[in-house]
Amino acid sequence: MRILLMGNPNVGKSVIFSRLTGTDVIASNYPGTTVEFTKGTMKLNGERAEVIDVPGTYTLEPVSKAEEVAVEMLHEGDVVIQVVDATNLERNLYLTLQLIEKKVPLIMALNLWDEAKHIGIKIDVKKLEKLLGVPVVPTVAVTGEGIKELVSRLPHARISVYRSTDHEKWGDIGKMIAQVQSVTHRHHTPLEKLGDLSIKPVTGIPLSILVMYLAFQITRFIGEGLIGYVFEPLFELYTPLAMKISQLLGPGFLHDILIGTLIKGEIDYTQSMGVLTTGLFVPFAMVLPYVFSFYLTLSFLEDCGYLPRLAVLIDNVMHRLGLHGSAIIPMLLGLGCNVPGILATRILETRRQRFIAATLTAICIPCTAMLAVVVGLVGKYGPQGLGIVFVTLFIVWVILGTLLDKLLKGESPEIFLEIPPYRIPYWGALLKKLWMRIKYFLREGVPYVLLGVFIANVLYTLGVIDFVGRIASPVIVGLLGLTKETAAALIIGFLRKDVAVGMLLPLGLTMKQLIIASVVLTMYFPCVATFAVLFRELGVKDMMKSAGIMIVGAILVGSLLNLIL
Amino acid sequence: MEVTLDELEIERPAEIKRIMGGFGFQRRIAALGLRVGKIVRKVASEPLRGPIVVEVDGTRVALGRGMSMKIFVEEIEE
Repeated sequence: MRILLMGNPNVGKSVIFSRLTGTDVIASNYPGTTVEFTKGTMKLNGERAEVIDVPGTYTLEPVSKAEEVAVEMLHEGDVVIQVVDATNLERNLYLTLQLIEKKVPLIMALNLWDEAKHIGIKIDVKKLEKLLGVPVVPTVAVTGEGIKELVSRLPHARISVYRSTDHEKWGDIGKMIAQVQSVTHRHHTPLEKLGDLSIKPVTGIPLSILVMYLAFQITRFIGEGLIGYVFEPLFELYTPLAMKISQLLGPGFLHDILIGTLIKGEIDYTQSMGVLTTGLFVPFAMVLPYVFSFYLTLSFLEDCGYLPRLAVLIDNVMHRLGLHGSAIIPMLLGLGCNVPGILATRILETRRQRFIAATLTAICIPCTAMLAVVVGLVGKYGPQGLGIVFVTLFIVWVILGTLLDKLLKGESPEIFLEIPPYRIPYWGALLKKLWMRIKYFLREGVPYVLLGVFIANVLYTLGVIDFVGRIASPVIVGLLGLTKETAAALIIGFLRKDVAVGMLLPLGLTMKQLIIASVVLTMYFPCVATFAVLFRELGVKDMMKSAGIMIVGAILVGSLLNLIL
Repeated sequence: MEVTLDELEIERPAEIKRIMGGFGFQRRIAALGLRVGKIVRKVASEPLRGPIVVEVDGTRVALGRGMSMKIFVEEIEE
């Protein structure tokens, strides 16, 4: 049996989902942005049933790719649980009537029931049930209230006989509401007032800067804490074992690949470049802690309802790049890893917007791994070096976006989105999401690092890197002002950019060269995983276009930096 | 007096009188609660012709300036 969870955005579908399912959540899902769907399983009358968390949608007439996914999913379910926001019944009923029209067995979870009561909304559940002809169960997903009843009544889900024609729907809903709902007058709650303050430009803009600053500091604090107190000590424990392996292997080909070069007779995790040394250290001790802390912070901002406010505040700027405010969400996700960032561009309405957003993400948004690279390379020269790298990327983001907006045909639709009320995140759902994102990084990221280090070592040993370096040297040495040896790092960057850090570090480059290398490495091409997603999301033709822009852009910007600095 | 949502003053409640634009547009905004007869209150207006934010039925909706110019409202007494 397959159960679909459907409903408007921000009604608590994901929380209901995490209540219904166990911990073994299978799919790829990047909420805020619930663009793909999440699958999980639950026990129902002793049998396993599949539960699918479908992306939020207001109607069954999709306007974005994420909503298209929702509508397509409809054909695959046996039962639909429509999760409804009890504080906003009228609007949610539109989707109900459309679902009824599709003749699917339906049951309604009237969620946020406590909040509705709290703000003075009374709903006659029995009457609503009778009018709609499907079971209606009040729920409070965050506390788990009503979930048992929802499950027990799931078998009673049925195809309603209710009929209304398209142009009558809102009228019918109005009549229904008049019969089942009563609202007492209420005042705005403090959270609502704060909600308003964070979208009014005068207060909202300073607040957004504060929020971003705090988010950055918290991410850094947690990330550094994890590295210093957890991961580095772990690697210290591992060192004797690695040294043992090194001794056992003795000098030779295998040692070069697995352990790499010993620096002053010791393993140096950032410079040794072996699969079992740098290959493990970079993803686990340099990147994973930041991936974790970044997504923890971002998921919190997402679940408490801040991100749509940021989207509204930044809408104006984004329009200059041919996008609208919602595009800030994929960009932020991209800071963690470009892959979910590019997948999240599906929340945008047009192909043109998705192309611009995906290209800008791939070219100008350094992922956590890339940030670790840049900090590792340039950070030691203090803030100015880092400043130049990030300001350059930001300028490229603005100029390239503006150019794409001017050059590409078509227009950018305007922003149109609901701003949910602030809510205290439900930690269960938040941690589940965080875990999925981490799992994704471990599954997609780590193998590439190991593979990258492995291939780099093999290619080095075979002399291939030197050969390619000689061929590419007019560009790398002539235009970019880098040394011939950096070619290897740039090539490996195709596989995984964070590996490149270890390859550039021992080369003794100047600060200027390191800045150029960092910028070029960020811009010139995405890692293999991102490349695959670009291919999937954009198709061959647009992906080639996007890749062309990246290569030309990287060489151009690198050469300019070489001239200016 | 009818004005567009764009011109409505912040914090002033108003009733939606008519909505211009195509059928698709009308349906889309209806799904978020912007329909004729609804009472809206403008919450914020972003500078430089950025989007505006309105409250309708207790929820807040952000919409582009162009869209807001297609929605005609009339101020009501509180």
